[in-house]
Amino acid sequence: MLHVELTIQGLINGSMYALMAVGLTLVYGLLRILHVAHAGLYTLGAYIAVLIANATGSLALGAAVAIPVVGLAGMIVYRLLYEPILHRPPYVALIASIGLFIVMEESYRLIFGPYGETFNAPYLAERVSVGPIGAKAAEVAMVAGAIVLLGVLAFLSKRTRFGIAWRATVTDPAMARAFGVDTIAVRYANFFIASALAASAAVLVAVLNNLVEPTMGSVPSYKTLAIIVLGGLGNVAGTLVAALALGVIEAFGTIYIGHLLDRDAIAFLFLVLVLMIRPQGLFAAR
Amino acid sequence: MGSYELSLVTLAAIYVMLALSLNLITGFCGQISLGHAAFFGAGAYAAALLTKSGWPLAPALVSGAVLAAAFGFVVGLASLRVRHDFLAITTMGVGFLFIGFVRKQQGLGGELGLSGIPDHGLGPWGLAALTVTLAAATAALSLHIRRVWAGQAFAAIADDEDTARALGIDVMRYKLTAFVLGTALAGLAGGLFAHFTRFIIPDAFGFTVSISILAMVIIGGIGSTWGVLAGAVILTLMPELFRFINDYKLLLYGGLLLLVMRFAPGGLAGGIAALTARLRGAT
Repeated sequence: MLHVELTIQGLINGSMYALMAVGLTLVYGLLRILHVAHAGLYTLGAYIAVLIANATGSLALGAAVAIPVVGLAGMIVYRLLYEPILHRPPYVALIASIGLFIVMEESYRLIFGPYGETFNAPYLAERVSVGPIGAKAAEVAMVAGAIVLLGVLAFLSKRTRFGIAWRATVTDPAMARAFGVDTIAVRYANFFIASALAASAAVLVAVLNNLVEPTMGSVPSYKTLAIIVLGGLGNVAGTLVAALALGVIEAFGTIYIGHLLDRDAIAFLFLVLVLMIRPQGLFAAR
Repeated sequence: MGSYELSLVTLAAIYVMLALSLNLITGFCGQISLGHAAFFGAGAYAAALLTKSGWPLAPALVSGAVLAAAFGFVVGLASLRVRHDFLAITTMGVGFLFIGFVRKQQGLGGELGLSGIPDHGLGPWGLAALTVTLAAATAALSLHIRRVWAGQAFAAIADDEDTARALGIDVMRYKLTAFVLGTALAGLAGGLFAHFTRFIIPDAFGFTVSISILAMVIIGGIGSTWGVLAGAVILTLMPELFRFINDYKLLLYGGLLLLVMRFAPGGLAGGIAALTARLRGAT
């Protein structure tokens, strides 16, 4: 029974990681950038949602504003930060991104204070149970949200003209351009979608914990980097599997080796072990 | 100089050692590391435990450096398996593993850290003199390495590993050398730090510290000994001298990292080199 509950808890966390990590791996797949500041955008989404929800009383409105605004913010980050340094060695963008993430976190702390915001009225706090297995409604929403959003993403990429252009650009940008694909537009769309996914994850996490704080992005930011590396940088399906696997491994790890390592270290132990055995990640990129 | 100024000098010298040691690995040899604070921590914990159990300072410091170097050797082996972005994430992971492990060890004081680290017996002047001497020695070593064959080999590996290998450079040996040397110096700095503060906690060696060290290297000018030295001194002293900055210290580090990478990836040293070149061109 304990194992079932641990697995469920792991899958719930894994869903959150998946929503964050898929955006990161999309950015990496297209531009070879480790976009650490992704987690800063995630926190921005949570703040917008909680502030609007508390001001208007409508969580739906908060989410409806947060998701596109963060999507736009992602496009702005690309335009102002990454685009001018794409031709530089890869560490340049990585370190710039770490710098931006620190600036964002510190700005949230200075603007909104260090203690965080809570919703005036907690949402989805009731428990739902199926037989002996129970979970918070917000946890169910997290898993359902991940399935729906990632399903829409899969549809978009496999079944639409935009999706074809997108995948073509990832595979061979020069060739895609020769066939008339606007590869620059694809990059902006990529950042919009990735950032909007991060904001969705943030709204769900904010509801689940009923807390939005300046540092809420720290742990996901570094952990999702581990996940996309495990998934084979740029490989979306691999990233999904790695996200869920990591959620479950953490849940079991905190019970069984929690006296040796803390939760975050367990994730990185797994990462380091996998990389030493398979340097290209669990699943090689395309 | 009062004791406050002496402690600033000591702290700056420790950070100079740290930044120069990371510069050996990342600047000279091109192996990015986002977990350098772990080696700093390994040296600090080892040296502190040894002096607490009655060892004299000098052998404890050396043992701390040796332990950090052994740890660095293992991570160096990892750098043979993974490169670039993968190495960045692996070293970051090593950093999180280190503090995650230390936090849970009762023998290392767990979350509460180690307190009651014995007095180094050198007095504030003595400790400042020791750290400044060691920092100067680290700088001299850095300048020396740049001039000898090993430095050329490092530069070749940083530039293009595969070409370096094709030219017959023993890439494995030089990468491991860079890691062992850099992490040993970081461990030595850690031992000094532990005896300087006489109280250490796991968070003093976390990711933020790794990034701060990296910030000193990047802002000073990656690969430039003088630039990195200046970067370390400036970034250590600025928040201390201008108290109002202290609250915004991380914001300052992050903002500088962002701006330097975006507008001047050569850092301070690169900027000065470009400026002198322009001035010479003008005359």
